[in-house]
Amino acid sequence: MIKKLTKSAVVALALTTGGALAAGDEGHIEDVAFSFEWPFGKYDQEQLRRGLKVYTEVCSACHGLKYVPLRSLADEGGPHYTEDEVRAYAAANFTIYDEELEDDRARTPADFFPAVSGEGMGPDLSLMAKARAGFHGPAGTGLNQLLRGIGGAEYIASFLTGFNGEETEVAGSVLYGNTAFPGGWVSMPPQLEDGLVDYDDGHNNSAHHMAEDVAAFLMWTAEPKMMARKQAGFVSVLLLVLLTSLLYLTNKKLWAPHKGKKFDA
Amino acid sequence: MSGIPHDHYEPKTGFEKWLNKRLPVVGLLYDTLMIPTPKNLNWWWIWGIVLTFCLVLQIVTGIILVMHYTPHVDMAFASIEHIMRDVNGGHMLRYIHANGASLFFVAVYIHIFRGLFYGSYKAPREVTWIIGMLIYLMMMATGFLGYVLPWGQMSFWGATVITGLFGAIPFIGEGLQTWLLGGPAVDNATLNRFFSLHYLLPFVIAALVAVHIWAFHTTGNNNPTGVDVRTGSKEEAEKDTLPFWPYFVIKDLVGLGVVLIVFFAIVGFMPNYLGHPDNYIEANPLATPAHIVPEWYYLPFYAILRAFTADVWAVQLVSFLTGGIVDAKFFGVLAMFGAIFVMALAPWLDTSSVRSGQYRPAFKWWFRLLIIDFIVLMWVGARDTNFPHDWISLIGATYWFAYFLVILPLLGLFEKPTTPPASIEEDFNAHYPGAAE
Repeated sequence: MIKKLTKSAVVALALTTGGALAAGDEGHIEDVAFSFEWPFGKYDQEQLRRGLKVYTEVCSACHGLKYVPLRSLADEGGPHYTEDEVRAYAAANFTIYDEELEDDRARTPADFFPAVSGEGMGPDLSLMAKARAGFHGPAGTGLNQLLRGIGGAEYIASFLTGFNGEETEVAGSVLYGNTAFPGGWVSMPPQLEDGLVDYDDGHNNSAHHMAEDVAAFLMWTAEPKMMARKQAGFVSVLLLVLLTSLLYLTNKKLWAPHKGKKFDA
Repeated sequence: MSGIPHDHYEPKTGFEKWLNKRLPVVGLLYDTLMIPTPKNLNWWWIWGIVLTFCLVLQIVTGIILVMHYTPHVDMAFASIEHIMRDVNGGHMLRYIHANGASLFFVAVYIHIFRGLFYGSYKAPREVTWIIGMLIYLMMMATGFLGYVLPWGQMSFWGATVITGLFGAIPFIGEGLQTWLLGGPAVDNATLNRFFSLHYLLPFVIAALVAVHIWAFHTTGNNNPTGVDVRTGSKEEAEKDTLPFWPYFVIKDLVGLGVVLIVFFAIVGFMPNYLGHPDNYIEANPLATPAHIVPEWYYLPFYAILRAFTADVWAVQLVSFLTGGIVDAKFFGVLAMFGAIFVMALAPWLDTSSVRSGQYRPAFKWWFRLLIIDFIVLMWVGARDTNFPHDWISLIGATYWFAYFLVILPLLGLFEKPTTPPASIEEDFNAHYPGAAE
């Protein structure tokens, strides 16, 4: 029976992985060991807070986070600020046009991060860490993504540090060379340089660290319930193992007389 | 219900007798649950229960998701994010529903290949097989419609490509495509009708499943030997069978449990592994993604669709014979639907007198090759169409058709099958020597 079950499992795995192994001629993605990889990986609260600071001081000039409610900055499994801190952050950083007041006012935790659009502005970043893939794993098989995620955060970190200093002009607009970007040229100029953002916790603020921190933050904006999900997954698997074991023993006992076997349990 | 003699429901209490005269529903449930089932069924027979579970799971999670989803091009994508962020347990519901579709297809493929190996499609189970193929087609349609609803890039462009297939039909194609889409291109009208149909089809599937079960409860289950249950008397039948409840219900639940452990590990730890990153970008009719890739479960047939390009001689011949009406694109569409159609014809294409593949030495090898072919087609379906992928898809597609149209009919004529056991009891006792005593 175990042999047959293993066979079934292998067939099932072969069926599903076959399709997931789509590879592309994408740029070079560095493998970053993020804290939230693997089934038991968690967000690093301090890193999310540093990433938020990088986003606020650098990225938010051109990129929105329109699907992310400001109140979620207080959520457990996220940056986990206090409600007062969130209120202060929202009021200090972003305004919103209020139709009732017919004027701009400071944002509150009930508002969302701004949506940014217009000439020269970049795409919304709310879901960017899930909308990109990176690091396809050994020999392009994508097997490491099975447990470590699809690599969107790796892509973002590699992109932010992937500028090679080259520039070219296409149809009147300047493009910047980037080793992570598919095609190698991107209209966003390089942003991060060592020491650009002062971290409150005194953490190393080299461009590399800032890139990883903001990538981790954007993973959280894309998947804010990741820790709750992993916990639910773990509990489900645990309970199902228990249930299946009991069913297995029940089945064994049920069939024993018909198979001419003895069952002592 | 089945032709196998067994005990039937006898109403005992006064109420049962009263109800049974008016609506014999308890009797129907009793006979369905107590159906004599070949006792030598192996673990490949658990997938029917897994599929039933999937259908219920998808309908239940789907109904709840609909409570929070908005089928409008300006709001659909945002309403999914609302489900993921604000609805209690919404992220789990959505991931279960999305990955549930994958589980559904893993199960249906194993279920179909089990039927192909053990000859479950052969007389007298042709109707069960045909209904099953209809269910599979409905599943493909439902999965495709559902994938459009989140209104991501792959939703939009997948819908554009797949409805474009109907546009390839000569004469009526263009009009048909416009009629399907509700306009000249994929837009709000398309999203609304796809939503409506995505809600409808699962209930059509549920009805077909009832007919599928009715059909094989009439003929009785096949089994690994393909030998019929002896039906001379109740005593004889009882040597070959055990009632479905509790023996097979409990056994199938063990299998379902193992499957669900893997399923919930995927939902909990890697819910986006089987999806495509592009679908987390909102649909944009002005930006075509670099690669438009269907979900993994369509890939083998997508590969067959793309295999027949204009430089294949068979395509050129058909195009010449039909005066250009069947061009390469339409040929590909015909091949894709044909690949499922020939599978539905298996009961009449297989000429062997022996039902189970276990006793067919040559068949076994051709069947294994078919499995490999299916996996290779799935792999190549996600690749570009450059060399060598074009050749691999063409060879893979050709073998798929050759298996059903040439190999199955010829094998029955030339192959020397080995002798199956005389009865199911004999097979069962050979596995469990203690059982004979």
